[in-house]
Amino acid sequence: MPSVLNKIYFFSVLLTALFSAPNFLYAKEDNPSKDLKTEIKEYITHHLEDAYDFSLFSYTNSEGEHIYVGIPLPVILWDEGLQVFSSSKLHHGEEVAQVGSNYYKLEHGKIYKTNAQGTINYDETHHATNVAPLDLSITKGVVSMLFIASLMFWLFHSLAKSYAENKGVPSGIGRFFEPIVLYIRDDIARPNIGEKKYMKYMNFLLTVFFFVWFLNLLGLTPLGVNVTGNIAITFGLALLTFLITNFTGTKDYWLHLFDPLGSSMKWYAKIPLYVILIPIEVLGIFIKPFSLLIRLYANMQAGHIVLMSLIGLMFIFKSWLGSPLSFGLAFAISLIELLVALLQAYIFTMLSALYFGFAAEEHEHH
Amino acid sequence: MEKLISEFSVGLFFWQTMIFVGLLFLLRKYAWGPILGAVNERETSIKDALASAEAARAEMETLQSDNQRILKEARAEKEALLKEARNTRADLINTAKEEAQEEAQKILAQAQEAIQNEKRAAISELKEQVGSIAMDIAEKVLQKELESKDKQVELIDQLLKDSNLK
Repeated sequence: MPSVLNKIYFFSVLLTALFSAPNFLYAKEDNPSKDLKTEIKEYITHHLEDAYDFSLFSYTNSEGEHIYVGIPLPVILWDEGLQVFSSSKLHHGEEVAQVGSNYYKLEHGKIYKTNAQGTINYDETHHATNVAPLDLSITKGVVSMLFIASLMFWLFHSLAKSYAENKGVPSGIGRFFEPIVLYIRDDIARPNIGEKKYMKYMNFLLTVFFFVWFLNLLGLTPLGVNVTGNIAITFGLALLTFLITNFTGTKDYWLHLFDPLGSSMKWYAKIPLYVILIPIEVLGIFIKPFSLLIRLYANMQAGHIVLMSLIGLMFIFKSWLGSPLSFGLAFAISLIELLVALLQAYIFTMLSALYFGFAAEEHEHH
Repeated sequence: MEKLISEFSVGLFFWQTMIFVGLLFLLRKYAWGPILGAVNERETSIKDALASAEAARAEMETLQSDNQRILKEARAEKEALLKEARNTRADLINTAKEEAQEEAQKILAQAQEAIQNEKRAAISELKEQVGSIAMDIAEKVLQKELESKDKQVELIDQLLKDSNLK
């Protein structure tokens, strides 16, 4: 056991160090006008958002210059034609990027079109009024997703191949995931959707489970990408659940929506009830996937905020008592977050299966 | 809520949907399809193997009981056969005995008849002979009588003595 504990300990130290240390350490010297709390808060906010480059860490050199270490990623804009340039041109919002005859500036995580001087105009509620071109950049989140997608493809393709090569017995690393695949089939899809139709939904359920789980786990690595804690991602996933639910809906599903009482009542008795019932049912169609997207987003977002705040506390306390205490807390929360990563993937899959089950149900008419 | 909407990145949503849907189709073809197929196949093969083992066991049992039944039947048949054979033997012996007895009786009767016939024949022959002897004697007697009376008597006596009737 000691070696395992040591490994976890080492990992946590690494995580803590890579997550934040350089920035926090240099931040104070860099900008003495801001206090440490604001700095940490900004850092966390920045981390929670998507980024145009895959930054590993940054520091300030002896000349007071910000040096960012990371991989620049392509920025793709649609602004009177396709504009593709490297994110290194944006210099993390510190400089104006000139692409052809256009100028762009990064402001609060968004790219705006500016003049040559990079002036950003604000309205009275401090919102930029500059034009924001359609932004299809390969951001940090997109890279993470591509990475997870290729990882999943490699993992499960090798598992699929091992069956053919090994006469139905899994081998290799994919073998570890076979019980999970079977669990999703036997304990999520089958009981919720039913023996007859579950196969139709298995592709989506398996893909979404592993996609969310792996992305959640990736978010806990020192790379610190917050993909599943991004509303656009969870919206995209929930939208697919919504579309699949309603496009595979049976006659019974729609009948249940628009005629929930069936023939148990006379039609004229149903009218006053249905004035209330039908809007609720219709609203329910949207609320169900909406709850999915908010739940995943909020859980992952909150996990990252709590974890990073606890790590940040170490630098605020800077004492022999406080810092180890918040380190211990951060460590404990990391372990909980590992569980949450799995749990949220499970809940998303489970509830999707439940909604598919509603859509696929065919029952005797009352 | 307003913050959420302003945070919403169309680009990220676009790429997420593209990647996810692409992944969905890729994995469907290259991973989930074969995996679920293989797992299903394996499960059905296990189920089949179990069922066939059960069937074999049941067959074995019926075979065993069949064997037992056949053995029992064979034993009973053997018993019956033996019994029958025993009966037949007894019958055979009895009939043989009876037949033999009958035959013996018949032979005896025939013999007796033959004896009787022989006897009768003998007696009749004897009678004839006696008759002829008597005739002879009578003749001789008559002849002797004619010689002397004493001699005749003597002769008759002697003759009678000689011809000891048997």
